Amino acid sequence: MNAIGLSFFVGIVGLTLFVTYIASKRTNSASEFYTAGGGLSGWQNGIAIAGDYLSAASFLGIAGAIALFGFDGFFYSIGYLVAYLVVLYIVAEPLRNLGKYTLADMITARFDQKKIRAAAAISTLTIVLFYMIAQLVGAGALIQLLLGIDYWIAVLLVGVMMTIYVLWGGMAATSWVQIIKAVLLMVGTVLISILVLWKFNFNILGMFTEMKSVTANGEAYLHPGVKYTNGLDTISMMIALVLGTAGLPHILMRFFTVKDAKTARSSVVYATWIVGIFYVLTIFLGFGAAAFVGSDAIKAANPAGNMAAPLLAQALGGDILMSFVSAVAFATILAVVAGLVLSGASAFAHDLYGQIIKKGKVTEKEQMNAARLASVGVSVFSILLALGAQSMNVAFLVSLAFCIAASANLPVIIYTIYWKNFNTTGALTAIITGLVTALVLVALSPNLWAADGSMAFTGEALFPLTNPALVSVPLGFLGGWIGTLVGARADQRKYAEVDVKANIGLK
Amino acid sequence: MANNIESAFNTAKPLEKSKKLSKNGVNSTYNKATGSPNYSAIAESMEFKVLKKKKNKFILPITIFFLLSYILLPILTSYTTILNNNAFGDIAWVWVYALALFVMTWVLCMIYVRRANDFDKEAQKIFDKEEAGDYE
Repeated sequence: MNAIGLSFFVGIVGLTLFVTYIASKRTNSASEFYTAGGGLSGWQNGIAIAGDYLSAASFLGIAGAIALFGFDGFFYSIGYLVAYLVVLYIVAEPLRNLGKYTLADMITARFDQKKIRAAAAISTLTIVLFYMIAQLVGAGALIQLLLGIDYWIAVLLVGVMMTIYVLWGGMAATSWVQIIKAVLLMVGTVLISILVLWKFNFNILGMFTEMKSVTANGEAYLHPGVKYTNGLDTISMMIALVLGTAGLPHILMRFFTVKDAKTARSSVVYATWIVGIFYVLTIFLGFGAAAFVGSDAIKAANPAGNMAAPLLAQALGGDILMSFVSAVAFATILAVVAGLVLSGASAFAHDLYGQIIKKGKVTEKEQMNAARLASVGVSVFSILLALGAQSMNVAFLVSLAFCIAASANLPVIIYTIYWKNFNTTGALTAIITGLVTALVLVALSPNLWAADGSMAFTGEALFPLTNPALVSVPLGFLGGWIGTLVGARADQRKYAEVDVKANIGLK
Repeated sequence: MANNIESAFNTAKPLEKSKKLSKNGVNSTYNKATGSPNYSAIAESMEFKVLKKKKNKFILPITIFFLLSYILLPILTSYTTILNNNAFGDIAWVWVYALALFVMTWVLCMIYVRRANDFDKEAQKIFDKEEAGDYE
């Protein structure tokens, strides 16, 4: 690690801590802590959503996947982007209109029952936990590579930073960390893309022609099928990506940081532009890495391809650009895990403690203490899990998180807003069916089972797909439907209220 | 009468106003028992039903359209090779399709905002009527 590289890292740590310090002065109520008092503007929240969403899996993972597998890597970019239409058209505004801090708030706006809140909180915590372990394990491995420090030190470093942001600065600090990170990430990505294009003489047609011959895959590199050969598996993965985003707790939580549905809408639009431009540029990152670093060198640094973007930066701009990109990757990880801690803490402190155990009878001070305590708890717990999960294949944890979000959260969100006859039993069965099927099917899938002993368990996988969304999402919807048929008649007056609130935001 | 005058001064912030007034119990048009608007009456009203129908007629077809165009891509790439033919130079149709999905996302995003702003105006009319006590 050279002096320049170190100064980038110190700069990012310093800047984010400064922002946290500023934010800490006003973070003195639960509303400030969870939602920054709902005071973010559309563009601020839009950039923060992009910063929350463009995880290391997006930046490092997709660049690597496109570098190694060509078009197949680009599938992720497409799925992650189109998902925003689901968010915008179906979820964002009703959610903002009905909820307060969490997903459970929104569902209990219609069905005010503890068991529903508990189910929603548990599904949120499950998603957060899987996503968090994936981010932390990936972060540890990455920072280990980038800075040359031990894995456990790297995990601890990220863990301590995220705890500081959330503990003292709450949502305001987390949002600003995400905004800083999104700006840095876009600057880095645009810069590398321009350098890559420059290398190809700014000729995109020429770039494609050249890409036909630079990889071992030849022309197939530019066509689908290099990595994904099982049609059902590909379709299933794409379903999880497009429907999962609208159920991710840390993304949903961002809609409560703005004052009304109109601002929520405009923030999705900002986010869609930023995220979309970023994903288009992943083509240049991937192609550039394949052409100027080479798949052998990428795989040698990290078999999953995660080092493609930093290596490309080094090939194009030497140590300075590599240090910058590494620092951006570090900021990316920090921003995402901070958002995750916050959404996990809200499910714990607001839903489970504040609303269920204390039945909503908590003072402002108690709420704040509970939120801070829960943040530390979520952080420590996930750091411990991440320290023990070093050798785990984390890619499937992320897809599992998307899959649970799509199967357990999306059906209940859609039914709650749009289905008049949906009832308490249905809400409960929708969440539980989606959550349990996603977990069970993954446990039986080739992610964990291989006949040759290369996975955690030796034996044939009972369920053939690596991503179960194709089965578990419809089952989540079916579960909610059957539960509704079995359960008591819906309270029509309550639906009238939810319907009016969700549609026009009247409170 | 008093309510009408007040609401005329407060049109900029109808939401906050209605909350404040109902808390103080000043506004006689609010449902005394719950202190909240009469949601059932609004839900049954013509203007709300019309607005909701318009919204659904806008959202549903577009949602079906973008989900189908999206999922068609992996179906085509998994079970056919037609997208492997080149469209421009060495750029195959699969890239064109993928980028078309990007453009689709941006365009539908802008269309949504435009339509939603229209819906806001109609929602505002319902707010105003509610303020005036038309849903008691």
